[in-house]
Amino acid sequence: MSDGALDKPGLGVPADTGWETVVGLEVHAELSTETKLFSASPNRFGGEPNTHIDPVSLGLPGSLPVLNQKAVELAIRVGLALNCGIRPSVFARKNYFYPDMPKDFQISQYDEPISVDGWLELPSGKRIGIERAHLEEDTGKTVHIGGAGRIHEAGYSLVDYNRAGVPLIEIVGRPELRSAEEARQYVAELRAILVAVGASDGKMEEGSLRVDCNVSVRPAGSDRLGTRCEIKNVNSLRSLGRAIEHEARRQIGLLAGGRPVEQQTRHWNEDEGRTHALRSKEEDHDYRYFPEPDLLPLDPSAEWVEEIRRELPPLPRDRRLRLGEAAPSADAGHIALAVERSLDGLALAAIGGGGLPERVMIHIVQNLAGGAGMLDAEALAGLAQMEEAGELTATQAKKVLAVLAESGGSPQDAARALGFEAMDSTELESMLDGLIAENPEEWSRFCEGDAKLTGFFVGQAMKATRGRADGKAVTQLLISRRG
Amino acid sequence: MTAVEISEAVRSGQRSARSVVDMSLSTIGAGEAEVHAFNLVAAEQALAQADEIDRMVAAGEDPGPLAGVPVALKDNLCTRGMGTTCSSRILEGWVPPYDATVVELLRNAGAVFVGKTNMDEFAMGSSTENSAFGPTRNPRDLSRVPGGSSGGSAAAVAAGFAPVALGSDTGGSIRQPAALCGVVGVKPTYGLVSRYGLVAFASSLDQIGPLAATVADSARVLDVISGPDARDSTSIGDPQPPVSATLGDGVDGLRVGVLAELSGDGIAPDVAARVRAAVGALEAAGARVAEASVPAAVYGLSAYYLIAQAEASSNLARYDGVRYGLRVDAPSTPGMNTATRSAGFGDEVKRRIMVGTYALSAGYYDAYYGRAQKVRTLIVDDFASAWEQFDLLVSPTSPTTAFSLGERTDDPMSMYMSDVCTVPVNLAGQAAMSVPYGVGDDGLPVGVQILAPALGEPVMFRAAAVLEASLQ
Repeated sequence: MSDGALDKPGLGVPADTGWETVVGLEVHAELSTETKLFSASPNRFGGEPNTHIDPVSLGLPGSLPVLNQKAVELAIRVGLALNCGIRPSVFARKNYFYPDMPKDFQISQYDEPISVDGWLELPSGKRIGIERAHLEEDTGKTVHIGGAGRIHEAGYSLVDYNRAGVPLIEIVGRPELRSAEEARQYVAELRAILVAVGASDGKMEEGSLRVDCNVSVRPAGSDRLGTRCEIKNVNSLRSLGRAIEHEARRQIGLLAGGRPVEQQTRHWNEDEGRTHALRSKEEDHDYRYFPEPDLLPLDPSAEWVEEIRRELPPLPRDRRLRLGEAAPSADAGHIALAVERSLDGLALAAIGGGGLPERVMIHIVQNLAGGAGMLDAEALAGLAQMEEAGELTATQAKKVLAVLAESGGSPQDAARALGFEAMDSTELESMLDGLIAENPEEWSRFCEGDAKLTGFFVGQAMKATRGRADGKAVTQLLISRRG
Repeated sequence: MTAVEISEAVRSGQRSARSVVDMSLSTIGAGEAEVHAFNLVAAEQALAQADEIDRMVAAGEDPGPLAGVPVALKDNLCTRGMGTTCSSRILEGWVPPYDATVVELLRNAGAVFVGKTNMDEFAMGSSTENSAFGPTRNPRDLSRVPGGSSGGSAAAVAAGFAPVALGSDTGGSIRQPAALCGVVGVKPTYGLVSRYGLVAFASSLDQIGPLAATVADSARVLDVISGPDARDSTSIGDPQPPVSATLGDGVDGLRVGVLAELSGDGIAPDVAARVRAAVGALEAAGARVAEASVPAAVYGLSAYYLIAQAEASSNLARYDGVRYGLRVDAPSTPGMNTATRSAGFGDEVKRRIMVGTYALSAGYYDAYYGRAQKVRTLIVDDFASAWEQFDLLVSPTSPTTAFSLGERTDDPMSMYMSDVCTVPVNLAGQAAMSVPYGVGDDGLPVGVQILAPALGEPVMFRAAAVLEASLQ
């Protein structure tokens, strides 16, 4: 597959403006551990406010963090899945005051992260560099009461520390994405990888996957990076694309008008469809990072890392390759869709069980958007074979498939129950005799070469058999009768 | 009565824990108004604990090696249901929902908590004058300071309020007040005693340890509170042999070095004389004595005051008025943070937060915090060389005997100099203890510091026992 085979220009950013959009993403994903990164409180979404807490996650005086080994394992899985090197790492304190941060510092990895220098391959085959993936703790959540929830108009604020201390992995991608569409593909692929390795549920809507976008633009062909803006509050793949497009247009507008882009952190407003400035570079915090003295440096043994590597499940990219080999004529997008729906295993088994790849893939892509349900590979293979043998029409197969997904069983039984018993040729012949006798005028026009009448006779045949007839077989028969 | 004597008497049923605690409380009642060792005297809780010990003894159960022993806890150790203030307005009224690991261990060993002792605010100071609740006075001379920051704990033991106390030592905060009050004070190896539940000052330097009237009592308490703790990642994972077991083994054949860098300039002649006398006693008991050198130790104070302040600036950020302790309202959250911290912290704490914040700031980190860490490595290396030649080192604990109240409060640098002999040990993560060894020209106690390599506590305690015995 060539570089950028699925690469479309960013929607809404004219491809011919002479500007190139450059995007680098920082993705925060909550790790699916039972407990928090540094304490035994449950790591669970929701719950009554301030019920998943303890002295450590509240940062009470005298409390100390103890590193959750499961979180380290998940972080290593992510690092390996992103083709990173796993390194000895050090936790640091990132110091700044915020009410939902119980210690008024965040424990994070700074200059010595656990994973460095990897890459992620988009379905198009283009590789995007991963600078680092590091562990850190999440903050609590602040709810502003009054003033429609806006901080400056609120009467007061309440803080829920249930999320404080939940383990996060922050994945910093290199600025190698060139469009909003690529950025969406990157996040979709990263999410699929996180889910595949069991590191995260990847739910953007619950905030367990959060994306900060660094966007800059430059004259097409330039190899220098323009001044970037960081966009926060992007909460879905849809807003990711919209925010990047908007921001690129804004920056192009500035530069085209001879004005500079100021390095800023900007907030995406989904309702207004635009970004606005939060703070400039000068207003950035000095985080006063220093090594966290309450934790030891982290140095996972090579044996442990190898063990984790051996136990990694197949990644989306491997699964796409495998399905692509089994169904060589299938569209790359359909292959990606099958993997995204986790139907690739079913497809592979059905193809392996004798189902024609094309027929299997049609069902996977068109008819199983809601999942496979009770359908097993043997049944899917059998269904494809029945279709191939002309025992079922495409329409009938779709109905049989729905029954199989709903309640399982064999396609033969399901077809019989639906009354889709294949008609033998004698039955078809005699039915056709009747049709010709009833419609002599149409028949003679058909015999004179009016192809439109094929449809008429197939339609009549379907009507007469209440859909049991195979349209293709009827057509074949009509042509052979005509001689 | 010593802690060892009390626990034997209580365990054998010769004496009730209640009578022991009653006596401790009445001693406190008589002397506390003058000394002010405590922020909180927990009479009711102590008596209830004592009754529980007596019930156990009556039921034939063993309450543990500290059965019925009154213990005073420094007010930076979290005690479930008992206020913990760090002698700061900002934590006034805060009641921890949990016990520090050491508190749990003492409780399980049968100890009875008589109260929380006064200290320099957040353990920042060397005289206990930086307490928001007023200074503690030295029971040996009420016009003098008890040292600090564990001044309340040292004074409580010196005044006979409790036979043992716990303190914390970040740069000398157990040893220096022990020396000034004439009691034994132990700074264990970093990681030997869990810090879980110790309100942090400087996390990489803080260590909890006992103060006691006798070496044997401090050994017994250390044996109870030391050991691995899964709640403290810096806790040493392997259990260590009890120091009490080898207390009487003597010093015959041990190589003892007299620490040159901490024996010359700045040490009062009468203090130096007592240290020489102590060295003589060790030699008389069979130790081989020679001069030792740890050249980088002279930079200890400078490195210490950067590292400790940097860590403190971060550790103390959480006192922001949001979750617990003092809150001074203001129209915005940052305004509330500022108003709370301005009102809640004393001058010395503010001074250290500012210095520490500066030392960690972008552009200054390498010059200050980074360089201080390099000095720390040098000190570790120089000590490592010394340990190739010596089993123990000896120095004064404090350059002077107890100074007068108010004498150094206007001059932070002279106050900081009180810690010159003790800070290198914290920077190196090693063990050291102060043992009282007679008095200076002013009749006030002098402490001798015994330094040991990491986990060298058993040998250190043998030398301490020899010094103690040589005075009798």
